[in-house]
Amino acid sequence: MDDFNSLLAGFQLALSWQNIGFMAVGVVLGIIVGVLPGLGGPNGVAILLPLTFGMDPTSAIILLSSIYWGALFGGAITSILFNIPGEAWSVATTFDGYPMAVQGKAAEALTAAFTASFIGAISGVILITFVAPLVASFALRFGPAEFFAVFLLTFCSFIGMGRENRAKILASLCIGFLLAAVGLDSISGDLRMTFGSMELMRGFDFLIVVIGLFGVSEILLTVEEGLVFKGKQAKIDLKVVLRTWASLPRYWATLLRSAVVGMWMGVTPGGAIAASFMGYGLAKRFSRNPASFGKGNIEGVLAPETAAHAAGTAALLPMLALGIPGSATAAVLLGGLLVWGLQPGPLLFVEQKEFVWGLIASMYLGNLAGLVIVLATVPLFAAIMRIPFSYVAPVILIVCAIGAYTISNSIFDIWLMLLFGVVGYVFKKLDYPLAPLVLALVLGDRAEEAFRQALLGSGGSLNVFWANGLVGTLVALAMLLLLWGPVTDLIGKARRRGRPEPRPAE
Amino acid sequence: MSASTETETDVAPPGLSRRPVERIISAILIGLACVVLYDSYGRGAGWDNGPQNGFFPARVGWIFLAASLFILVQSFRSPASGVFVTYEQLGQVVRVLGPLIVFVGLIEPIGLYVASAIFIVIFMAVVATSRWYAIALTAVLVPLVCFWVFEMQFRVPLPKGPLEAALGY
Repeated sequence: MDDFNSLLAGFQLALSWQNIGFMAVGVVLGIIVGVLPGLGGPNGVAILLPLTFGMDPTSAIILLSSIYWGALFGGAITSILFNIPGEAWSVATTFDGYPMAVQGKAAEALTAAFTASFIGAISGVILITFVAPLVASFALRFGPAEFFAVFLLTFCSFIGMGRENRAKILASLCIGFLLAAVGLDSISGDLRMTFGSMELMRGFDFLIVVIGLFGVSEILLTVEEGLVFKGKQAKIDLKVVLRTWASLPRYWATLLRSAVVGMWMGVTPGGAIAASFMGYGLAKRFSRNPASFGKGNIEGVLAPETAAHAAGTAALLPMLALGIPGSATAAVLLGGLLVWGLQPGPLLFVEQKEFVWGLIASMYLGNLAGLVIVLATVPLFAAIMRIPFSYVAPVILIVCAIGAYTISNSIFDIWLMLLFGVVGYVFKKLDYPLAPLVLALVLGDRAEEAFRQALLGSGGSLNVFWANGLVGTLVALAMLLLLWGPVTDLIGKARRRGRPEPRPAE
Repeated sequence: MSASTETETDVAPPGLSRRPVERIISAILIGLACVVLYDSYGRGAGWDNGPQNGFFPARVGWIFLAASLFILVQSFRSPASGVFVTYEQLGQVVRVLGPLIVFVGLIEPIGLYVASAIFIVIFMAVVATSRWYAIALTAVLVPLVCFWVFEMQFRVPLPKGPLEAALGY
């Protein structure tokens, strides 16, 4: 009941004219960011973050999280109309969304995608509303050892559940940790790994890394394929929207299944991409007509969108309750909390009640606003994609450079951004995942601090990590997740043995 | 990316093959891991009334070294086929990256706004052949809009050069 009152107070806060304005601006910016290649959720938020330094934290996070919602919606537009997934988790949406657009049913596909996104996101927010305070109050009992165990759990689940090569996920995590360690060590006050360089003393700001890895590299990847996008036309009128909505209750089972899968996968990090594929796969398996998938089945749009957005939203749950982000964008938002002077973690629910509940209330409103805005303005945003890329690309790159510069007024940072752009390009081509790197970079210092404090308390004995039931369970769970992937791989290999391999797998 | 390996059989577009790139990158990662270990042990990665400041990076460094060695070994066991980037794609990337490097290099001496105008001109002339008045208009408008948004609305000072100084900013 107490939480309910806090939520109402949060709605009051979020419903101020100023915050509604930020919400609308954020959603529109987010859709633009989601539609344009080279500007995704994480890096759109990263570029705008420095501009919010002076703002009130609640307004700032409402603005930035609305960009996140907008980017989630925007990803579906390019997937359906242009067959270009705006984000990794929109890949599954292209399977049936683009065929629908080819058949002239783009408006239905878009309506279905946006509505499914909305349903997924709202289920995620409901989960956050009810579960996050419980998790946070539970986590208040955590000491450094428990916190390190939760960090460990996060990183292990990345490795265990990841779809990429596991050694590369691990390498990517390590790079993040090591980049985080460069510069001033917050505990001893010594400089680490600076090799006498003045510029490295400040360390690597994760915002620079994000803008380079996700922004510049994305442009480089996009120009590879030439500079022209060919898309389908779309115009949504109210009749189509209402007709599509009327057909939706028929698919309640698909929606529910995908929402549950998404929420579950979203809380474990790196889940949104896996969730969208799982949602798609499950819908296909349970469908009465699986052969129609991939040829423009509306269920094939509903399932991955619901799952991806439920996951994308649920990814904010561990960020709010534990201070551990579940996705790259959540990691950037978490970095924002630090910038605005808020200490993320379970104490946030106690000390910054107003902020937390304002944010949660804004999630409901932001998604609603997003749905309305995106339905009303699809033709406009589809038109953005028709501006020749030779106009758009330099502007995006200039904005990236400005974003990198404004973080700490340093031209060196722009060079760093460029460097990380090339690194991101090469890594993407070699299938090194980038999200673990960003996550480890954001969490690195705090994970290290927890680790060192835990060891300090125990006098250097590693026994502290299974000293009591709680920390022991967390560590055991982490190990289980870590080994889950390799073990299922082995089982799969053993089963396949004896059958002729179609072609040597990678 | 995986699609490029499929087209191998019929007409393979010439390009850098994936395997050497994979090895070079893992070799660089191994080198970085060694640098980290050298630096961490140099400052002390042991126990001195508590973990020393190299303690954590050193442990991560060892894991990093193991992972990158594993990736290197993996690259020898993987099939040799596969193109990292075709020369045509590489050409496109270089044509974007080149002007971008020039742009970043120019920010220091002449300021961000003039540099962006030059960047847009080079980019649009080199990468895509647009009409000259379209190029000129974009090159003038974009920096002006940026100036209005950042300098006047958000009051974020961006690097400025002689032209802005002459105009009194």
